[in-house]
Amino acid sequence: MKLITAIIKPFKLDDVREALSEVGVSGVTVTEVKGFGRQKGHTELYRGAEYVVDFLPKAKIEVAVGEALVDQAVEAITKAANTGKIGDGKIFVTTLEQVVRIRTGETGDEAL
Amino acid sequence: MKQLITIFALTTLLCFSGFSSAEETVTTVTETVTAVTAPAVAEAPAPAPVMTMNKGDMAWMIVATVLVILMVIPGLALFYGGMVRSKNMLSILMQVFVIFSMMAVLWAVYGYSVAFTEGTPFFGGFSKLFLVGITPDSLAATFSKGAYVPEYIYVAFQLTFAAITPALIIGSFAERVKFSAILLFMLIWFTFAYLPMAHMVWYWAGPDAYTDAAAGEKALATAGFLFQKGALDFAGGTVVHINAGIAGLIGCLMVGKRIGFNKESLAPHSVTMTMVGASLLWVGWFGFNVGSNLEANGLAALVFVNTLLASAAATLSWMGAEWLIRGKPSMLGAASGAIAGLVAITPACGWAGPMGSIFLGLVVGAVCFWSVTGLKSLLGYDDSLDAFGVHGVGGIIGALGTAVVANPALGGTGVWDYVTNGVAEYNFVAQLTSQAWGVAVALVWSGLVSFIAFKLVDMLIGLRVPEDAEREGLDIAEHGESAYHY
Repeated sequence: MKLITAIIKPFKLDDVREALSEVGVSGVTVTEVKGFGRQKGHTELYRGAEYVVDFLPKAKIEVAVGEALVDQAVEAITKAANTGKIGDGKIFVTTLEQVVRIRTGETGDEAL
Repeated sequence: MKQLITIFALTTLLCFSGFSSAEETVTTVTETVTAVTAPAVAEAPAPAPVMTMNKGDMAWMIVATVLVILMVIPGLALFYGGMVRSKNMLSILMQVFVIFSMMAVLWAVYGYSVAFTEGTPFFGGFSKLFLVGITPDSLAATFSKGAYVPEYIYVAFQLTFAAITPALIIGSFAERVKFSAILLFMLIWFTFAYLPMAHMVWYWAGPDAYTDAAAGEKALATAGFLFQKGALDFAGGTVVHINAGIAGLIGCLMVGKRIGFNKESLAPHSVTMTMVGASLLWVGWFGFNVGSNLEANGLAALVFVNTLLASAAATLSWMGAEWLIRGKPSMLGAASGAIAGLVAITPACGWAGPMGSIFLGLVVGAVCFWSVTGLKSLLGYDDSLDAFGVHGVGGIIGALGTAVVANPALGGTGVWDYVTNGVAEYNFVAQLTSQAWGVAVALVWSGLVSFIAFKLVDMLIGLRVPEDAEREGLDIAEHGESAYHY
Protein backbone atom coordinates (compact mmCIF):
# COMPACT_ATOMS: atom_id res chain seq x y z
CA MET A 1 0.00 0.00 0.00
CA LYS A 2 1.17 3.50 -0.79
CA LEU A 3 0.17 6.99 0.30
CA ILE A 4 0.21 9.45 -2.56
CA THR A 5 0.47 13.09 -1.45
CA ALA A 6 0.10 15.62 -4.22
CA ILE A 7 0.46 19.39 -4.00
CA ILE A 8 -1.42 20.95 -6.88
CA LYS A 9 -2.83 24.23 -8.10
CA PRO A 10 -6.19 24.80 -6.37
CA PHE A 11 -8.13 25.29 -9.60
CA LYS A 12 -6.98 21.85 -10.84
CA LEU A 13 -8.62 20.07 -7.92
CA ASP A 14 -11.79 19.03 -9.73
CA ASP A 15 -9.88 17.72 -12.75
CA VAL A 16 -7.64 15.66 -10.50
CA ARG A 17 -10.55 14.23 -8.53
CA GLU A 18 -12.30 13.17 -11.75
CA ALA A 19 -9.13 11.61 -13.18
CA LEU A 20 -8.62 9.64 -9.97
CA SER A 21 -12.20 8.38 -9.99
CA GLU A 22 -11.71 7.16 -13.55
CA VAL A 23 -8.77 4.96 -12.58
CA GLY A 24 -10.75 3.52 -9.70
CA VAL A 25 -9.65 5.53 -6.68
CA SER A 26 -12.57 5.63 -4.28
CA GLY A 27 -11.57 8.39 -1.87
CA VAL A 28 -9.23 11.31 -1.33
CA THR A 29 -8.53 13.82 1.44
CA VAL A 30 -8.09 17.46 0.45
CA THR A 31 -6.46 20.24 2.48
CA GLU A 32 -5.99 23.89 1.57
CA VAL A 33 -2.34 24.65 2.16
CA LYS A 34 0.24 27.35 1.51
CA GLY A 35 3.81 26.93 0.47
CA PHE A 36 6.66 28.25 -1.55
CA GLY A 37 8.85 26.73 -4.19
CA ARG A 38 10.20 27.71 -7.55
CA GLN A 39 7.06 29.64 -8.48
CA LYS A 40 7.93 32.37 -5.93
CA GLY A 41 5.36 34.73 -4.47
CA HIS A 42 4.27 38.20 -5.46
CA THR A 43 4.61 41.66 -3.94
CA GLU A 44 1.75 43.71 -2.57
CA LEU A 45 1.95 47.48 -2.25
CA TYR A 46 -0.06 49.42 0.31
CA ARG A 47 0.55 53.17 0.14
CA GLY A 48 4.19 52.59 -0.58
CA ALA A 49 4.72 49.81 1.96
CA GLU A 50 5.86 46.77 0.02
CA TYR A 51 5.10 43.30 1.32
CA VAL A 52 6.42 40.16 -0.34
CA VAL A 53 3.89 37.35 -0.21
CA ASP A 54 6.09 34.22 -0.27
CA PHE A 55 3.49 31.61 0.49
CA LEU A 56 1.07 30.79 -2.26
CA PRO A 57 -2.16 28.88 -1.83
CA LYS A 58 -2.15 25.27 -3.01
CA ALA A 59 -4.38 22.21 -2.62
CA LYS A 60 -2.92 19.12 -0.97
CA ILE A 61 -4.57 15.78 -1.80
CA GLU A 62 -3.83 12.56 -0.05
CA VAL A 63 -4.76 9.21 -1.59
CA ALA A 64 -4.11 5.79 -0.14
CA VAL A 65 -4.00 3.05 -2.81
CA GLY A 66 -3.01 -0.60 -3.19
CA GLU A 67 0.22 -1.48 -5.05
CA ALA A 68 -1.72 -2.28 -8.24
CA LEU A 69 -3.15 1.22 -8.54
CA VAL A 70 -0.11 3.35 -7.64
CA ASP A 71 1.26 3.97 -11.11
CA GLN A 72 -2.14 4.64 -12.66
CA ALA A 73 -3.08 7.05 -9.89
CA VAL A 74 0.20 8.96 -10.11
CA GLU A 75 -0.17 9.22 -13.87
CA ALA A 76 -3.77 10.39 -13.54
CA ILE A 77 -2.74 13.20 -11.16
CA THR A 78 0.24 14.18 -13.29
CA LYS A 79 -1.90 14.49 -16.39
CA ALA A 80 -4.83 16.22 -14.80
CA ALA A 81 -2.83 18.76 -12.78
CA ASN A 82 -0.45 19.73 -15.55
CA THR A 83 -0.56 23.22 -17.04
CA GLY A 84 3.05 23.27 -18.17
CA LYS A 85 3.83 26.35 -16.06
CA ILE A 86 5.98 26.73 -12.96
CA GLY A 87 3.93 26.01 -9.84
CA ASP A 88 2.04 22.93 -11.04
CA GLY A 89 3.13 21.12 -7.89
CA LYS A 90 4.67 17.84 -6.81
CA ILE A 91 3.67 14.29 -6.00
CA PHE A 92 5.18 12.32 -3.12
CA VAL A 93 4.71 8.57 -2.80
CA THR A 94 5.37 6.93 0.55
CA THR A 95 4.92 3.42 1.86
CA LEU A 96 1.90 2.84 4.07
CA GLU A 97 2.31 0.39 6.91
CA GLN A 98 -1.25 -0.03 7.98
CA VAL A 99 -4.75 1.12 7.11
CA VAL A 100 -7.80 0.62 9.33
CA ARG A 101 -11.42 1.31 8.44
CA ILE A 102 -12.81 2.65 11.69
CA ARG A 103 -16.42 1.53 11.23
CA THR A 104 -15.72 -2.18 10.59
CA GLY A 105 -12.22 -2.65 11.92
CA GLU A 106 -11.05 -4.02 8.52
CA THR A 107 -7.32 -3.62 7.94
CA GLY A 108 -4.87 -3.57 5.06
CA ASP A 109 -6.05 -3.68 1.42
CA GLU A 110 -9.62 -4.41 2.51
CA ALA A 111 -9.78 -1.09 4.28
CA LEU A 112 -8.81 0.93 1.18
CA MET B 1 -7.25 76.89 -21.39
CA LYS B 2 -6.78 80.54 -20.43
CA GLN B 3 -9.90 81.41 -22.37
CA LEU B 4 -11.74 78.60 -20.69
CA ILE B 5 -10.74 79.90 -17.28
CA THR B 6 -11.82 83.39 -18.22
CA ILE B 7 -15.17 82.08 -19.40
CA PHE B 8 -15.58 80.20 -16.15
CA ALA B 9 -14.54 83.20 -14.14
CA LEU B 10 -17.10 85.28 -15.98
CA THR B 11 -19.85 82.70 -15.65
CA THR B 12 -19.20 82.28 -11.96
CA LEU B 13 -19.17 86.01 -11.48
CA LEU B 14 -22.37 86.37 -13.47
CA CYS B 15 -24.07 83.64 -11.46
CA PHE B 16 -22.99 85.29 -8.31
CA SER B 17 -23.95 88.77 -9.28
CA GLY B 18 -27.23 87.15 -10.36
CA PHE B 19 -28.07 85.71 -7.04
CA SER B 20 -26.68 88.51 -4.99
CA SER B 21 -28.79 90.97 -6.93
CA ALA B 22 -31.80 88.81 -6.13
CA GLU B 23 -30.97 89.29 -2.49
CA GLU B 24 -30.45 92.93 -3.02
CA THR B 25 -33.84 93.29 -4.71
CA VAL B 26 -35.48 92.52 -1.40
CA THR B 27 -33.40 95.14 0.34
CA THR B 28 -34.02 97.64 -2.44
CA VAL B 29 -37.77 97.27 -2.08
CA THR B 30 -37.58 98.07 1.62
CA GLU B 31 -35.32 100.96 0.90
CA THR B 32 -37.68 102.33 -1.72
CA VAL B 33 -40.48 102.23 0.82
CA THR B 34 -38.26 104.09 3.26
CA ALA B 35 -37.37 106.59 0.60
CA VAL B 36 -41.03 107.20 -0.19
CA THR B 37 -42.02 107.67 3.42
CA ALA B 38 -39.02 109.80 4.25
CA PRO B 39 -37.99 111.61 1.09
CA ALA B 40 -36.28 114.38 3.03
CA VAL B 41 -33.56 112.02 4.32
CA ALA B 42 -31.19 111.43 1.45
CA GLU B 43 -29.04 108.79 3.14
CA ALA B 44 -31.53 107.03 5.35
CA PRO B 45 -29.74 104.29 7.35
CA ALA B 46 -30.79 100.85 6.11
CA PRO B 47 -33.26 99.32 8.55
CA ALA B 48 -31.80 96.51 10.66
CA PRO B 49 -32.66 93.25 8.88
CA VAL B 50 -35.26 91.12 10.55
CA MET B 51 -33.88 87.89 11.98
CA THR B 52 -35.67 85.14 10.13
CA MET B 53 -35.40 81.39 10.26
CA ASN B 54 -36.00 79.53 7.02
CA LYS B 55 -37.49 76.05 7.32
CA GLY B 56 -35.59 74.93 4.22
CA ASP B 57 -32.27 75.93 5.79
CA MET B 58 -33.27 74.19 8.99
CA ALA B 59 -34.23 70.98 7.20
CA TRP B 60 -30.95 70.98 5.30
CA MET B 61 -28.93 71.50 8.47
CA ILE B 62 -30.56 68.46 10.10
CA VAL B 63 -29.65 66.35 7.08
CA ALA B 64 -26.12 67.80 6.94
CA THR B 65 -25.54 67.07 10.62
CA VAL B 66 -26.65 63.47 10.20
CA LEU B 67 -24.37 63.14 7.17
CA VAL B 68 -21.36 64.24 9.21
CA ILE B 69 -22.25 61.67 11.86
CA LEU B 70 -22.28 59.11 9.03
CA MET B 71 -18.73 60.19 8.18
CA VAL B 72 -17.46 59.37 11.66
CA ILE B 73 -19.43 56.29 12.57
CA PRO B 74 -19.25 54.17 10.48
CA GLY B 75 -17.32 56.00 7.71
CA LEU B 76 -14.02 56.86 9.36
CA ALA B 77 -14.15 53.77 11.57
CA LEU B 78 -14.38 51.45 8.55
CA PHE B 79 -11.92 53.47 6.46
CA TYR B 80 -9.31 53.17 9.21
CA GLY B 81 -10.42 49.73 10.38
CA GLY B 82 -9.86 48.11 7.01
CA MET B 83 -6.28 49.35 6.98
CA VAL B 84 -5.17 47.67 10.20
CA ARG B 85 -4.47 43.99 10.77
CA SER B 86 -7.52 41.94 11.71
CA LYS B 87 -6.29 41.57 15.31
CA ASN B 88 -6.67 45.33 15.79
CA MET B 89 -9.93 45.90 13.93
CA LEU B 90 -12.13 46.37 17.00
CA SER B 91 -9.64 48.69 18.66
CA ILE B 92 -10.06 51.12 15.77
CA LEU B 93 -13.85 50.82 15.66
CA MET B 94 -13.96 51.27 19.42
CA GLN B 95 -11.64 54.29 19.48
CA VAL B 96 -13.64 56.13 16.82
CA PHE B 97 -16.98 55.19 18.38
CA VAL B 98 -16.02 56.23 21.90
CA ILE B 99 -14.12 59.38 20.92
CA PHE B 100 -17.23 60.45 19.03
CA SER B 101 -19.42 59.92 22.09
CA MET B 102 -16.98 61.54 24.48
CA MET B 103 -16.55 64.65 22.34
CA ALA B 104 -20.31 64.96 21.96
CA VAL B 105 -20.75 65.21 25.71
CA LEU B 106 -17.75 67.50 26.22
CA TRP B 107 -19.05 69.73 23.45
CA ALA B 108 -22.30 70.29 25.27
CA VAL B 109 -20.63 70.74 28.65
CA TYR B 110 -18.04 73.37 27.68
CA GLY B 111 -16.86 72.90 24.09
CA TYR B 112 -19.54 74.92 22.35
CA SER B 113 -19.18 77.80 24.76
CA VAL B 114 -15.38 77.95 24.54
CA ALA B 115 -15.43 77.75 20.75
CA PHE B 116 -18.42 79.85 19.83
CA THR B 117 -18.96 82.63 22.32
CA GLU B 118 -17.19 85.96 22.52
CA GLY B 119 -14.01 85.99 24.57
CA THR B 120 -10.40 86.62 23.67
CA PRO B 121 -9.25 86.13 20.06
CA PHE B 122 -7.95 82.68 21.11
CA PHE B 123 -10.56 81.28 23.49
CA GLY B 124 -14.26 81.94 23.74
CA GLY B 125 -16.04 82.57 26.98
CA PHE B 126 -18.02 80.46 29.42
CA SER B 127 -21.39 82.12 28.95
CA LYS B 128 -22.94 79.04 27.33
CA LEU B 129 -21.44 76.31 29.54
CA PHE B 130 -23.86 73.36 29.68
CA LEU B 131 -25.63 75.06 26.76
CA VAL B 132 -27.21 77.36 29.27
CA GLY B 133 -29.57 79.96 27.83
CA ILE B 134 -30.11 78.19 24.54
CA THR B 135 -33.78 77.54 23.82
CA PRO B 136 -35.67 76.27 20.76
CA ASP B 137 -36.11 79.94 19.85
CA SER B 138 -32.39 80.80 20.00
CA LEU B 139 -30.91 81.64 16.63
CA ALA B 140 -27.41 81.37 15.18
CA ALA B 141 -26.16 83.58 12.36
CA THR B 142 -25.47 82.23 8.87
CA PHE B 143 -23.54 83.97 6.11
CA SER B 144 -26.45 86.07 4.84
CA LYS B 145 -27.76 89.11 6.60
CA GLY B 146 -31.03 88.48 8.32
CA ALA B 147 -30.88 84.70 7.77
CA TYR B 148 -30.59 82.54 10.87
CA VAL B 149 -30.77 78.89 11.84
CA PRO B 150 -31.93 77.56 15.21
CA GLU B 151 -28.96 77.58 17.56
CA TYR B 152 -29.56 74.00 18.66
CA ILE B 153 -28.90 72.67 15.17
CA TYR B 154 -25.79 74.86 14.93
CA VAL B 155 -24.63 73.34 18.24
CA ALA B 156 -25.25 69.83 16.90
CA PHE B 157 -23.64 70.50 13.52
CA GLN B 158 -20.52 71.94 15.11
CA LEU B 159 -20.52 69.06 17.60
CA THR B 160 -19.99 66.59 14.78
CA PHE B 161 -16.91 68.54 13.64
CA ALA B 162 -15.51 68.54 17.15
CA ALA B 163 -16.14 64.80 17.28
CA ILE B 164 -14.58 63.77 13.97
CA THR B 165 -11.38 65.80 14.35
CA PRO B 166 -9.90 63.96 17.36
CA ALA B 167 -10.96 60.67 15.78
CA LEU B 168 -8.83 61.45 12.72
CA ILE B 169 -5.70 61.57 14.88
CA ILE B 170 -5.82 57.91 15.94
CA GLY B 171 -4.80 56.82 12.43
CA SER B 172 -1.24 57.91 13.10
CA PHE B 173 -0.59 55.67 16.05
CA ALA B 174 -3.03 52.85 15.38
CA GLU B 175 -2.28 49.31 16.55
CA ARG B 176 -0.07 50.17 19.53
CA VAL B 177 -1.55 52.71 21.95
CA LYS B 178 -3.52 52.08 25.15
CA PHE B 179 -7.22 52.85 24.92
CA SER B 180 -7.12 54.77 28.21
CA ALA B 181 -4.15 56.83 26.99
CA ILE B 182 -6.05 57.76 23.84
CA LEU B 183 -9.09 58.94 25.80
CA LEU B 184 -7.02 61.06 28.17
CA PHE B 185 -5.03 62.54 25.31
CA MET B 186 -8.20 63.40 23.44
CA LEU B 187 -9.65 65.17 26.46
CA ILE B 188 -6.58 67.43 26.69
CA TRP B 189 -6.20 67.93 22.96
CA PHE B 190 -9.88 68.73 22.41
CA THR B 191 -9.79 71.35 25.16
CA PHE B 192 -6.52 73.07 24.32
CA ALA B 193 -6.11 72.51 20.58
CA TYR B 194 -9.49 71.94 18.94
CA LEU B 195 -11.56 74.51 20.81
CA PRO B 196 -9.12 77.44 20.46
CA MET B 197 -8.50 76.61 16.78
CA ALA B 198 -12.25 76.53 16.10
CA HIS B 199 -12.63 79.83 17.96
CA MET B 200 -9.68 81.47 16.19
CA VAL B 201 -10.90 80.50 12.73
CA TRP B 202 -14.68 80.52 12.91
CA TYR B 203 -15.91 82.75 15.68
CA TRP B 204 -17.34 86.04 14.46
CA ALA B 205 -20.23 88.28 15.34
CA GLY B 206 -22.23 87.29 12.25
CA PRO B 207 -23.03 89.30 9.13
CA ASP B 208 -25.68 91.53 10.69
CA ALA B 209 -23.03 93.21 12.86
CA TYR B 210 -21.40 94.61 9.73
CA THR B 211 -23.80 97.50 9.13
CA ASP B 212 -21.16 100.07 8.19
CA ALA B 213 -17.38 100.40 8.18
CA ALA B 214 -17.11 101.47 11.82
CA ALA B 215 -19.48 98.79 13.05
CA GLY B 216 -17.66 96.28 10.87
CA GLU B 217 -14.34 97.13 12.45
CA LYS B 218 -15.82 96.89 15.90
CA ALA B 219 -17.39 93.51 15.07
CA LEU B 220 -14.17 92.21 13.56
CA ALA B 221 -12.28 93.02 16.75
CA THR B 222 -14.47 90.53 18.62
CA ALA B 223 -13.80 87.72 16.11
CA GLY B 224 -11.27 84.91 16.43
CA PHE B 225 -7.59 85.59 15.85
CA LEU B 226 -7.34 83.93 12.43
CA PHE B 227 -10.71 85.29 11.34
CA GLN B 228 -9.27 88.75 12.01
CA LYS B 229 -6.20 87.81 9.99
CA GLY B 230 -8.54 87.10 7.08
CA ALA B 231 -7.70 83.39 6.87
CA LEU B 232 -10.39 81.60 4.85
CA ASP B 233 -11.45 78.17 6.03
CA PHE B 234 -14.91 77.28 4.81
CA ALA B 235 -15.39 73.86 6.39
CA GLY B 236 -12.31 73.14 8.45
CA GLY B 237 -9.08 72.73 6.50
CA THR B 238 -7.08 74.24 9.35
CA VAL B 239 -9.44 73.54 12.27
CA VAL B 240 -10.04 69.91 11.36
CA HIS B 241 -7.39 68.58 9.00
CA ILE B 242 -4.12 70.40 9.68
CA ASN B 243 -5.03 70.43 13.36
CA ALA B 244 -5.54 66.65 13.47
CA GLY B 245 -2.76 65.88 10.98
CA ILE B 246 0.00 67.56 12.95
CA ALA B 247 -1.28 66.03 16.19
CA GLY B 248 -1.02 62.66 14.48
CA LEU B 249 2.53 63.31 13.33
CA ILE B 250 3.63 64.33 16.81
CA GLY B 251 1.82 61.25 18.12
CA CYS B 252 3.49 58.71 15.87
CA LEU B 253 6.89 60.28 16.55
CA MET B 254 6.39 60.14 20.32
CA VAL B 255 4.73 56.74 20.47
CA GLY B 256 7.28 55.11 18.19
CA LYS B 257 6.97 52.59 15.41
CA ARG B 258 4.90 49.45 15.50
CA ILE B 259 6.74 46.22 16.30
CA GLY B 260 7.76 44.74 12.97
CA PHE B 261 7.57 48.03 11.06
CA ASN B 262 9.39 47.52 7.76
CA LYS B 263 10.12 43.91 8.78
CA GLU B 264 6.84 42.03 9.09
CA SER B 265 3.75 42.32 6.95
CA LEU B 266 1.52 45.05 8.39
CA ALA B 267 -0.78 44.95 5.37
CA PRO B 268 -4.41 46.14 5.61
CA HIS B 269 -6.73 43.29 6.54
CA SER B 270 -9.59 44.45 4.35
CA VAL B 271 -9.27 47.03 1.62
CA THR B 272 -12.95 46.27 0.95
CA MET B 273 -13.89 47.84 4.30
CA THR B 274 -11.60 50.74 3.57
CA MET B 275 -13.38 51.35 0.28
CA VAL B 276 -16.78 51.21 1.99
CA GLY B 277 -15.51 53.59 4.68
CA ALA B 278 -14.02 55.99 2.14
CA SER B 279 -17.31 56.01 0.24
CA LEU B 280 -19.28 56.77 3.41
CA LEU B 281 -16.81 59.56 4.15
CA TRP B 282 -17.27 60.90 0.65
CA VAL B 283 -21.06 60.89 0.91
CA GLY B 284 -20.95 62.35 4.41
CA TRP B 285 -18.57 65.07 3.30
CA PHE B 286 -21.42 66.73 1.42
CA GLY B 287 -22.95 67.34 4.82
CA PHE B 288 -19.60 68.54 6.14
CA ASN B 289 -18.82 71.02 3.35
CA VAL B 290 -22.25 71.97 2.06
CA GLY B 291 -23.65 72.07 5.58
CA SER B 292 -20.92 74.55 6.51
CA ASN B 293 -22.75 77.01 4.27
CA LEU B 294 -25.53 76.90 6.90
CA GLU B 295 -28.11 77.79 4.27
CA ALA B 296 -29.72 75.87 1.42
CA ASN B 297 -29.02 78.38 -1.34
CA GLY B 298 -27.07 78.81 -4.56
CA LEU B 299 -23.72 78.91 -2.80
CA ALA B 300 -24.58 75.56 -1.23
CA ALA B 301 -24.99 74.17 -4.74
CA LEU B 302 -21.57 75.52 -5.73
CA VAL B 303 -20.00 73.97 -2.62
CA PHE B 304 -21.65 70.67 -3.52
CA VAL B 305 -20.23 70.69 -7.05
CA ASN B 306 -16.77 71.75 -5.81
CA THR B 307 -16.70 68.95 -3.23
CA LEU B 308 -17.73 66.39 -5.81
CA LEU B 309 -15.24 67.48 -8.46
CA ALA B 310 -12.19 67.92 -6.23
CA SER B 311 -12.49 64.44 -4.77
CA ALA B 312 -13.06 62.84 -8.17
CA ALA B 313 -10.04 64.68 -9.61
CA ALA B 314 -7.86 63.68 -6.66
CA THR B 315 -8.90 60.03 -7.03
CA LEU B 316 -7.73 60.08 -10.64
CA SER B 317 -4.59 62.00 -9.77
CA TRP B 318 -3.50 59.66 -6.94
CA MET B 319 -4.30 56.63 -9.06
CA GLY B 320 -2.42 58.07 -12.03
CA ALA B 321 0.67 58.87 -9.98
CA GLU B 322 0.64 55.40 -8.44
CA TRP B 323 0.11 53.70 -11.78
CA LEU B 324 3.00 55.61 -13.34
CA ILE B 325 5.44 55.24 -10.47
CA ARG B 326 4.52 51.91 -8.88
CA GLY B 327 3.16 50.10 -11.90
CA LYS B 328 -0.34 49.28 -10.64
CA PRO B 329 -3.42 51.36 -9.77
CA SER B 330 -4.61 50.17 -6.36
CA MET B 331 -8.01 50.36 -4.67
CA LEU B 332 -6.40 51.64 -1.48
CA GLY B 333 -4.74 54.35 -3.57
CA ALA B 334 -8.00 55.39 -5.23
CA ALA B 335 -9.81 55.53 -1.87
CA SER B 336 -6.95 57.53 -0.33
CA GLY B 337 -7.00 59.90 -3.29
CA ALA B 338 -10.70 60.62 -2.81
CA ILE B 339 -10.11 61.47 0.85
CA ALA B 340 -7.11 63.67 -0.01
CA GLY B 341 -9.28 65.58 -2.49
CA LEU B 342 -12.03 66.05 0.08
CA VAL B 343 -9.50 67.29 2.62
CA ALA B 344 -8.04 69.83 0.22
CA ILE B 345 -11.36 71.23 -0.98
CA THR B 346 -12.70 71.55 2.58
CA PRO B 347 -11.26 75.03 3.28
CA ALA B 348 -11.74 76.19 -0.32
CA CYS B 349 -15.19 74.84 -1.21
CA GLY B 350 -17.09 78.07 -0.60
CA TRP B 351 -14.76 80.28 -2.65
CA ALA B 352 -13.50 78.05 -5.47
CA GLY B 353 -15.10 77.58 -8.86
CA PRO B 354 -15.64 74.11 -10.32
CA MET B 355 -12.48 74.21 -12.45
CA GLY B 356 -10.46 75.51 -9.53
CA SER B 357 -11.72 72.54 -7.53
CA ILE B 358 -10.60 70.09 -10.20
CA PHE B 359 -7.21 71.81 -10.25
CA LEU B 360 -6.90 71.58 -6.48
CA GLY B 361 -7.91 67.90 -6.57
CA LEU B 362 -5.35 67.06 -9.24
CA VAL B 363 -2.59 68.73 -7.25
CA VAL B 364 -3.46 67.22 -3.88
CA GLY B 365 -3.89 63.66 -5.19
CA ALA B 366 -0.36 63.47 -6.55
CA VAL B 367 1.24 65.37 -3.67
CA CYS B 368 -0.45 63.25 -0.99
CA PHE B 369 0.57 60.10 -2.85
CA TRP B 370 4.12 61.34 -2.57
CA SER B 371 3.72 62.28 1.08
CA VAL B 372 2.56 58.81 2.15
CA THR B 373 5.16 57.01 0.04
CA GLY B 374 8.22 59.21 -0.55
CA LEU B 375 8.09 61.60 2.38
CA LYS B 376 7.16 58.93 4.92
CA SER B 377 9.94 56.55 3.95
CA LEU B 378 12.38 59.46 3.69
CA LEU B 379 11.73 60.55 7.26
CA GLY B 380 11.08 57.04 8.56
CA TYR B 381 8.12 57.71 10.90
CA ASP B 382 5.35 55.13 11.28
CA ASP B 383 2.18 57.12 10.58
CA SER B 384 0.22 53.85 10.39
CA LEU B 385 -2.85 55.07 8.51
CA ASP B 386 -1.38 58.33 7.21
CA ALA B 387 -3.37 60.81 9.27
CA PHE B 388 -0.57 63.31 8.70
CA GLY B 389 0.22 62.25 5.14
CA VAL B 390 -3.37 62.72 3.98
CA HIS B 391 -5.02 65.14 6.44
CA GLY B 392 -1.99 67.20 7.44
CA VAL B 393 -0.39 67.54 4.02
CA GLY B 394 -3.72 67.67 2.16
CA GLY B 395 -4.99 70.27 4.63
CA ILE B 396 -1.95 72.49 4.07
CA ILE B 397 -2.33 72.26 0.30
CA GLY B 398 -6.02 73.06 0.63
CA ALA B 399 -5.49 76.00 2.97
CA LEU B 400 -2.81 77.60 0.79
CA GLY B 401 -4.59 76.56 -2.40
CA THR B 402 -7.70 78.39 -1.21
CA ALA B 403 -5.86 81.65 -1.92
CA VAL B 404 -5.34 80.50 -5.51
CA VAL B 405 -8.76 79.09 -6.33
CA ALA B 406 -10.72 81.82 -4.52
CA ASN B 407 -9.29 84.36 -6.94
CA PRO B 408 -12.13 85.67 -9.13
CA ALA B 409 -9.67 85.86 -12.02
CA LEU B 410 -9.31 82.07 -11.76
CA GLY B 411 -13.00 81.30 -11.50
CA GLY B 412 -13.30 81.76 -7.73
CA THR B 413 -15.98 83.75 -6.04
CA GLY B 414 -13.67 86.22 -4.30
CA VAL B 415 -14.31 87.27 -0.74
CA TRP B 416 -17.57 88.86 0.27
CA ASP B 417 -17.40 92.20 2.01
CA TYR B 418 -20.26 92.48 4.49
CA VAL B 419 -19.81 96.22 4.85
CA THR B 420 -20.16 97.11 1.18
CA ASN B 421 -22.33 94.04 0.52
CA GLY B 422 -20.31 93.11 -2.53
CA VAL B 423 -17.30 91.07 -3.55
CA ALA B 424 -14.18 92.77 -2.26
CA GLU B 425 -11.24 93.47 -4.53
CA TYR B 426 -9.05 90.38 -4.54
CA ASN B 427 -5.44 90.60 -3.44
CA PHE B 428 -3.76 87.27 -4.01
CA VAL B 429 -0.59 87.93 -2.04
CA ALA B 430 -2.51 89.30 0.94
CA GLN B 431 -4.85 86.30 0.88
CA LEU B 432 -1.98 83.84 0.61
CA THR B 433 -0.36 85.53 3.60
CA SER B 434 -3.60 85.19 5.56
CA GLN B 435 -3.81 81.52 4.62
CA ALA B 436 -0.19 80.98 5.66
CA TRP B 437 -1.04 82.49 9.04
CA GLY B 438 -3.77 79.89 9.42
CA VAL B 439 -1.45 77.03 8.46
CA ALA B 440 1.38 78.21 10.71
CA VAL B 441 -0.81 78.82 13.74
CA ALA B 442 -2.49 75.42 13.35
CA LEU B 443 0.85 73.62 12.99
CA VAL B 444 2.55 75.35 15.89
CA TRP B 445 -0.40 75.51 18.29
CA SER B 446 -1.68 72.01 17.75
CA GLY B 447 1.85 70.63 17.53
CA LEU B 448 2.77 72.15 20.86
CA VAL B 449 -0.44 71.12 22.63
CA SER B 450 -0.06 67.59 21.25
CA PHE B 451 3.55 67.34 22.42
CA ILE B 452 2.66 68.41 25.94
CA ALA B 453 -0.45 66.24 26.03
CA PHE B 454 1.38 63.10 24.86
CA LYS B 455 4.17 63.72 27.40
CA LEU B 456 1.64 64.19 30.17
CA VAL B 457 -0.32 61.07 29.27
CA ASP B 458 2.89 59.08 28.94
CA MET B 459 3.91 60.13 32.46
CA LEU B 460 0.49 59.47 33.95
CA ILE B 461 -0.57 56.16 32.36
CA GLY B 462 1.93 55.36 29.60
CA LEU B 463 1.17 55.58 25.91
CA ARG B 464 2.01 52.14 24.58
CA VAL B 465 0.61 48.74 25.36
CA PRO B 466 3.18 46.11 26.47
CA GLU B 467 4.99 44.28 23.70
CA ASP B 468 3.13 41.00 24.11
CA ALA B 469 -0.20 42.84 24.02
CA GLU B 470 0.80 44.49 20.77
CA ARG B 471 1.72 41.12 19.30
CA GLU B 472 -1.50 39.55 20.47
CA GLY B 473 -3.49 42.43 19.06
CA LEU B 474 -5.34 45.23 20.82
CA ASP B 475 -8.73 43.59 20.30
CA ILE B 476 -8.00 40.79 22.75
CA ALA B 477 -5.49 42.67 24.91
CA GLU B 478 -7.45 45.91 25.37
CA HIS B 479 -11.06 45.03 24.67
CA GLY B 480 -11.34 41.30 25.37
CA GLU B 481 -13.05 40.37 22.13
CA SER B 482 -12.15 39.59 18.54
CA ALA B 483 -13.56 41.08 15.37
CA TYR B 484 -13.83 37.87 13.41
CA HIS B 485 -14.57 34.27 14.31
CA TYR B 486 -13.55 31.96 11.56
